[in-house]
Amino acid sequence: MADTLRVGVVVFPGSNCDHDVYYVCKHQMGWRTRFIWHKETDLRDLDLIILPGGFSYGDYLRSGAIARFSPVMHAVTRFARKGGYVLGICNGFQILTEAGLLPGALLRNASLRFICRDVFVRVERTDTAFTSAYSPGAVLRIPIAHGEGNYTADADTLRRLEESGQVIFRYVTADGRLDPEANPNGSMHHIAGLLNDRGNVLGMMPHPERAADPVLGRTDGLGLFASLAESLVGAALKR
Amino acid sequence: MAPVALEPEVSRELARAHGLSDEEYDRLLEILGRKPTYAELGMYAVMWSEHCSYKNSIAVLKTLPRSGGRLLVAAGEENAGLVDIGDGLAVAFKIESHNHPSAVEPYQGAATGVGGIHRDVFAMGARPIAALDSLRFGSLDKARVRYLFEGVVRGIADYGNAFGVPTVGGEIYFDPVYEGNPLVNVMSVGLVRIGETARAAARGPGNLVVLVGSATGRDGIHGATFASETLQDDQESRRPNVQVGDPFTEKLLLEATLEALRTGAVVGLQDMGAAGITCSSCEMSARAGTGMRLYLERVPLREADMSAYEILLSESQERMLLVVDRDRIEEVQQVFHKWDLPAVVIGEVTDTGLVEVYYHGELKAAVPARSLVLGGGAPVYVRQARMPAYLKQTRAFQANALPVPEDLQATFLQLLDSPTIASKRWVYEQYDTMVRTNTVVGPGPSDAAVIRLKGTRKALALKVDGNGRYVYLNPRRGAQIAVAEAARNVVCAGARPLAITNCLNFGDPYNPEVYWTFREAVAGMGEACRVFDTPVTGGNVSFYNENPQGRIYPTPTIGMVGLIEPFPERLMTADFKSEGDLVLLLGQNREDIGGSEYLAWVHGLVAGDAPYLDLEEEKRLHELLLELIASGLVRSAHDVSDGGLAVALAESCLFGNLGARVRLEDPIRPDALLFGEGQSRVLISARPDDLSAIVSRARDFQVPVQVLGTVGGDRLKINDWIDLPLEAIRRVYEFAIPRRMQAHDSAG
Repeated sequence: MADTLRVGVVVFPGSNCDHDVYYVCKHQMGWRTRFIWHKETDLRDLDLIILPGGFSYGDYLRSGAIARFSPVMHAVTRFARKGGYVLGICNGFQILTEAGLLPGALLRNASLRFICRDVFVRVERTDTAFTSAYSPGAVLRIPIAHGEGNYTADADTLRRLEESGQVIFRYVTADGRLDPEANPNGSMHHIAGLLNDRGNVLGMMPHPERAADPVLGRTDGLGLFASLAESLVGAALKR
Repeated sequence: MAPVALEPEVSRELARAHGLSDEEYDRLLEILGRKPTYAELGMYAVMWSEHCSYKNSIAVLKTLPRSGGRLLVAAGEENAGLVDIGDGLAVAFKIESHNHPSAVEPYQGAATGVGGIHRDVFAMGARPIAALDSLRFGSLDKARVRYLFEGVVRGIADYGNAFGVPTVGGEIYFDPVYEGNPLVNVMSVGLVRIGETARAAARGPGNLVVLVGSATGRDGIHGATFASETLQDDQESRRPNVQVGDPFTEKLLLEATLEALRTGAVVGLQDMGAAGITCSSCEMSARAGTGMRLYLERVPLREADMSAYEILLSESQERMLLVVDRDRIEEVQQVFHKWDLPAVVIGEVTDTGLVEVYYHGELKAAVPARSLVLGGGAPVYVRQARMPAYLKQTRAFQANALPVPEDLQATFLQLLDSPTIASKRWVYEQYDTMVRTNTVVGPGPSDAAVIRLKGTRKALALKVDGNGRYVYLNPRRGAQIAVAEAARNVVCAGARPLAITNCLNFGDPYNPEVYWTFREAVAGMGEACRVFDTPVTGGNVSFYNENPQGRIYPTPTIGMVGLIEPFPERLMTADFKSEGDLVLLLGQNREDIGGSEYLAWVHGLVAGDAPYLDLEEEKRLHELLLELIASGLVRSAHDVSDGGLAVALAESCLFGNLGARVRLEDPIRPDALLFGEGQSRVLISARPDDLSAIVSRARDFQVPVQVLGTVGGDRLKINDWIDLPLEAIRRVYEFAIPRRMQAHDSAG
């Protein structure tokens, strides 16, 4: 029986934030953490799967467009359909949209440039497995690092996402206001992070694993990992 | 079937066309005892090119301190230098230029520069953990310069970001002398366990020679030769000499190479950069005193009809040459296949001392490996040197004749608007500065980047530095300053300087004036390195940075590595921390505006001598500052450099988002006091209670110290010369570069 969360971090060829999130899960959270090679298909030993940032398969075509066809993604899709928890960060978010696990798409940043800097995001809901440790409306300082993070969806999808409260993080000013200046990449509705309708798959462009260590000067991402610990360890124990 | 390639008849004329002098061709005939084949001619031409042989620089470079201290591998022995940082860890690092390719095709030129230097580092078995860039461009008022700037930055960004190594620091100067000859120097820093390093030697006759990574194409043929010539006006025709980068394959190559090394079955390996298979096979054989027999038809090709000559000289990127234990080849191949990379046995190690190259059964080349390489048979020249005539004029400059500007505040703002001084945010926000989650201090509020080493109490402080204008005005002192400032920068981050790598960017070495500046600069660098006990671990020389329109300043850039330990206690940054802290200056203000950005940007004058520097005084400053930081007496430390004291004050204010009230009382002309670039000065802030302790330590180290003022408020006030809200300063400082780039974006 698991006495701790069992986490898998997928390694696609070209993933480059895999070790970063692994470090937080294993060494800071103390979770039982392993890497999942992109050709693996048996994920039954896991409670949480993380799709890390990077440039899967080089992303020369369109971010995530090739990764969605990899053997592991078929397994991740099955895992999610059974209610398993999946977190996609940056390239992971892009892959989740390409794979149809989350709606919409991430287009090139409005500036047409790669952007790496701290942004502020507001936590829109705290009744989810990914955000329960945050206080409602909390504003987090978390870095982004992407060239394609401009969230786009058709009007119906956006309306549905808003109505069902699936927008979890929004780009805001330091004091929590929605302002075009605070939207780094042109995302519709300032969307920085999105939950699926079942509440077990989260995709986000900001990098919580880069804001999880006091020595690096940023800790606002830790709440996400703390939320997962709080929400899932109990669930894991019950299995 | 063997492709039929028509090979030109080898002749003295053809040798000349390959860049070989008559003397060199005679030497080649003597070595072989016969006329070379076409392939052999190509091999010698590229290996004896300036780029690969260092023939016009090595005699001078050997005068640098290249061993001692914590150096584990002396310069030139391996792909990159190696420095012991304790706890069984070593740092491998090197800086390299990609100037010529970037002048022609900025995006790919810069991208492959990043890829090439990282490969040098992971070929040592080290995992690259950080990159820094030293860039030089002309004026941003020129459309061509903006195109080069934009392309180089994108190239560095796209390659580095995808490869997954943070670009954590750098420096950029803009000056018209770099207009046709931009400089792109990239430094890679890697970490390796001592004992797990890889060697670039082909030991063990019978072992197998394995080519891994990308397929070989026609890109970059003669890249090394191209880099060994002056740029001409027809540079567009040189585009095919520029290689094309593939960071995804490089990432796979990195992971696969490090994994393959862990098997213990890899005997040696070398990156394939300049001169491709030729260089790696000859150098690895020469180092081990062995030879190789290669079968080129086994090399995976992008184009089927390539000749032996082309395959030998291709500079296709993302390739590596391995020598593998003959009995364990399958283990190694399995690793590369796991990463979907070809790993093809293309030959074996022999004991003949010859590199023998077969193509479809035909012997295309049989050359003594040692005869081609640096330190072996490659030519070594000492060129004629003559002090440049221009120095008479620049040194005749009399600052007294120059009026002090009436409105010093306007001058201050004008200086902050110089792209050389201004914030480089426009650049570094395009770089992933944080991947690998070790970046404690990235670009911005510090004099050096700081990378923590997970699982230890150590961090590295990293800096690239080099003011070409100083070196132009006084090659020896200018190069001393480059080392001194880089060392001061890592000291300001709380680190003890360990070692340097250098990239020496100069004009045509056959010009006696250029050669003199080169010799002088290397001498100055050596003097400084001896004083700071920072040996040179290796580096790169880039000559021929000139074109028919002009020549660059002699520009040696220094890549410095320092160690912060214990970390994080000893970490220091440049931002003011608290209201009420005292602002202090360590070091002496001097009436010295020579070579300053103020003189160049405000008055349009590149004149005078390089700024004042005394190496012993500088060394005492470093020791004092390290002592003060260790004692917890310093709250911020910022080096006074480009733009002088006024800019240093402004930066510490902007970084900390805190104002300051400052009173400068030295009896020297106000523009020199505000904007002069005299060396060996550091601006610190400290708690008022600690003042007496600081003064007493400073006396022990014989370093002058003076209180300049107090941190606080939201304005910067200096005497009655400058009084500005921080936001007004920030606007100018932050928008100098974006404003110049955007103004033209919309114009299309």
